[in-house]
Amino acid sequence: MELIVLAISCIFVNNILLAQFLGNCPFLGTSKKMETAIGMSMAVIFVLVMAGIITWVTEEYFLKQYGLQYLRTISFILVIAALVQFVEMFLKKSIPALYAGLGIFLPLITTNCAVMGVCLINIKEEYTFIEALVSSISYAVGFGLALVLFAGVRERILLARVPRPLQDTSIGLITAGMLALAFYAFKGMV
Amino acid sequence: MVEAILLMLGMGVVCGSILSIASKVFYVYEDPRIAEVEGVLAGANCGACGYAGCSAAAEAVVSGEDTAGVCVISGTEVAELVGGIMGLEVGVAEPLLSVNYCDGGSRADDKYYYSGIHTCAATESMYGGKRVCSVGCLGLGDCVKSCAFGAIEMGKNGYPEVKEGKCVGCGACETACPKDILKVRTMTERLLSFNKETDALAPCQQTCPAEIDISRYIDQIRTGDYEGAVNTIRERNPLLLSCGRVCPHPCEDMCRRGVEEDAVSINQLKRFAADYEMNSGKRFPISCAPDTGKKVAVVGGGPAGLSCAFFLRRIGHDVTIFDMMPKLGGMIRYGIPEYRLPKEVLEWEIEGITDLGIKVKSNVKLGHDFDISSLVAAEFDAVFLGIGAWKDYNLNIPGEDFKGCFTGIDFLTNFATYQQEEGLDPVFIGKKCVVIGGGNTAIDCVRTLVRLGAEEVSIVYRRTRNEMPANMVEIEAAEHEGINFYFLAAPTKVIGDDNGKATHLEYLKMELGEPDASGRRRPVAIDGSETLLEIDMIVTAIGQGPDIGFKTAEGKRIGELETTRWDTIDSVNPETLQTNIPYIFTGGDSATGASLVVEAIGGGRRAARSINQFLNGEKVINEENSLFKRNIPGTIFPSVDGLVGTTRATMPELDVDYRIKCFDEADLVITEETAKKESSRCLTCCRICYNKDKEKAA
Repeated sequence: MELIVLAISCIFVNNILLAQFLGNCPFLGTSKKMETAIGMSMAVIFVLVMAGIITWVTEEYFLKQYGLQYLRTISFILVIAALVQFVEMFLKKSIPALYAGLGIFLPLITTNCAVMGVCLINIKEEYTFIEALVSSISYAVGFGLALVLFAGVRERILLARVPRPLQDTSIGLITAGMLALAFYAFKGMV
Repeated sequence: MVEAILLMLGMGVVCGSILSIASKVFYVYEDPRIAEVEGVLAGANCGACGYAGCSAAAEAVVSGEDTAGVCVISGTEVAELVGGIMGLEVGVAEPLLSVNYCDGGSRADDKYYYSGIHTCAATESMYGGKRVCSVGCLGLGDCVKSCAFGAIEMGKNGYPEVKEGKCVGCGACETACPKDILKVRTMTERLLSFNKETDALAPCQQTCPAEIDISRYIDQIRTGDYEGAVNTIRERNPLLLSCGRVCPHPCEDMCRRGVEEDAVSINQLKRFAADYEMNSGKRFPISCAPDTGKKVAVVGGGPAGLSCAFFLRRIGHDVTIFDMMPKLGGMIRYGIPEYRLPKEVLEWEIEGITDLGIKVKSNVKLGHDFDISSLVAAEFDAVFLGIGAWKDYNLNIPGEDFKGCFTGIDFLTNFATYQQEEGLDPVFIGKKCVVIGGGNTAIDCVRTLVRLGAEEVSIVYRRTRNEMPANMVEIEAAEHEGINFYFLAAPTKVIGDDNGKATHLEYLKMELGEPDASGRRRPVAIDGSETLLEIDMIVTAIGQGPDIGFKTAEGKRIGELETTRWDTIDSVNPETLQTNIPYIFTGGDSATGASLVVEAIGGGRRAARSINQFLNGEKVINEENSLFKRNIPGTIFPSVDGLVGTTRATMPELDVDYRIKCFDEADLVITEETAKKESSRCLTCCRICYNKDKEKAA
């Protein structure tokens, strides 16, 4: 039960994009087309789950053991980057189909702040391994949800008459703000 | 502290070694050139090239899917580096440029005014169109928004204009435009495209045998962009100075303004633009694609050969022209008299064409000095036969071999050669001359004879003035110059004296009977109406056909070349102009029989397209849905509403009394002011599809 509540809070209430405002570059950059948005969401779920696991292990078995928590950020960067690189090579060789789908997004999110942020949140909240896993998946799903919703809205905006100074990214940011307000309504839920 | 260093070192070593082992274990062979190519690309991952990032673009280059010029944001330098890695000769990559062709594509049937949703895509999907126009641009500027390089802007006429300097050919606008109006094409593609049924073409462009984008160049003249106008004409017609002078402008017959009042004087505008370039003292640059290394022999340096050579050269092939005469130009040099097309002008025009790097071998005749097998031996990959129609038809009446009897082309050619070469005997000129025939050659003969001082010059034609195939302006000019016309007169006999000199021409009077196959009423002889005409010179100009004497020359493969019963060279398909010998192509008079200069120019370009297909190893086929000598159904209107009466610019001419004494050019060019005024009479059909006179009045 607690895990479900955790999942819901991660997906909706503390949505990584719209409540924590992490990972805004891909949010604006890859949301112009639904197709790219979906590809990006899948890649984020994939990477985030693995990054969540590996960073939790790193924290628990290395940093904590030696009292080196102050090295958290730098070691996480190293670990995540190496992991993504490794996965990319693995996919290319073993699952070319998946590589073809996610390949171009993987290097883009190696050091994405959403990925890094979730890993740090997992540690800060002192989650257990299972909790960390659930939170990683949920945050990633939340990321995907927000991105897909946003891409849908932006595709509609293309058909609307937007005053010149507000076109493109400007209207994108305004829309993102309103979407965030909408997500604010989840605040009391958990 | 030590622990921290050890931990970081440890993690670094672990990660590093895992990755290096992984790179061994999961090694997938990748062409090393991909990494190299990626290294020189801009690295911006902008995606403007159409690939997902620079590495994908690099892969495409290495796999041969794209060219060295793949990167649209970096210039030729990068293309050369990439080419170096790939071991390619890049030369200068031919730039892709976006062009507002407005030649239709999908047409909207709906004519709907709506101003709520201001993008083309939305308007197109919901209502089909905004303008009262069944074809063109919606004018809401999706293309302008789509261009990342600021190369497109809305022109004052409400349709997008492309700034060529800024366009990188990324194709974003082509994708954005829901109406297929903006197209990204290389110059080669533009030069080799032909009118299609699905294009939105003004009636004049549909009719022009060379398919010049007439409304476009007239529009450019109106806005003062004379260089642009010249370039537009040159995309279809390299002989604009000559055509501007001698073309009988079939386009003007179809002009929409001409439905209600006088047609726009298209040809005078063409001449104005062409003369503007010549008088400006410099040549506007003509772009050529990088060399392809393919060699083409063009036999015959007349309008068809020059046109074919010009277009082949512009798309990068190596062209050599072989001509039997001392100088290039063919019939327009040796058949069209000086007063219609001054040699100085022609010289300037031909020089501009050969300066593109076309080799010329003159004074060599096919079948005498070389033949097809020697061309093949000289490693030419394809041959264009544009040998023209130089053999006069004979009347086949008794006495044709008396002294003083000549044939039209012979006479004009001999005189033109005498005018241009030194040390030749003067051409025989009679006192009382008669020219038989009603075509342009006959008119050229009489007008030349008048200028040479013949006392009395007459035309004998077996039908009436209405049936004369010559251009009306030419007939009128001949009348002004004092030529006698004997209509409904069919020569039957030439009578000569004891010295073998012609003295009289006997002819039968005719009357018009039933219409024949050509739709003209057939002349029927009136019995016993023989009449004698006193003469001392007869020129027969009743038509001409190609001289295919080379075919019989000593059992070579050329003997297999199929010809028709009119001696024209038969092509498998009149649109591709490929002959039954696959590497031989034809065009111009040698394919069609004696016809217009502009027809030959169109034929030359048509053959150039087929030759290019042949050289690239493609199937030689005509354009899909091509509009070949036809009009798009429904685009020729019986009436045009709302035209405000305007008058057509008149052509300035030399005074008759002066001009018949010399060979000075008789027709003059219109002034810039007149050109501006005349160009504004153009309705710009199919560029903007509404009636501008009506708009002005409203």
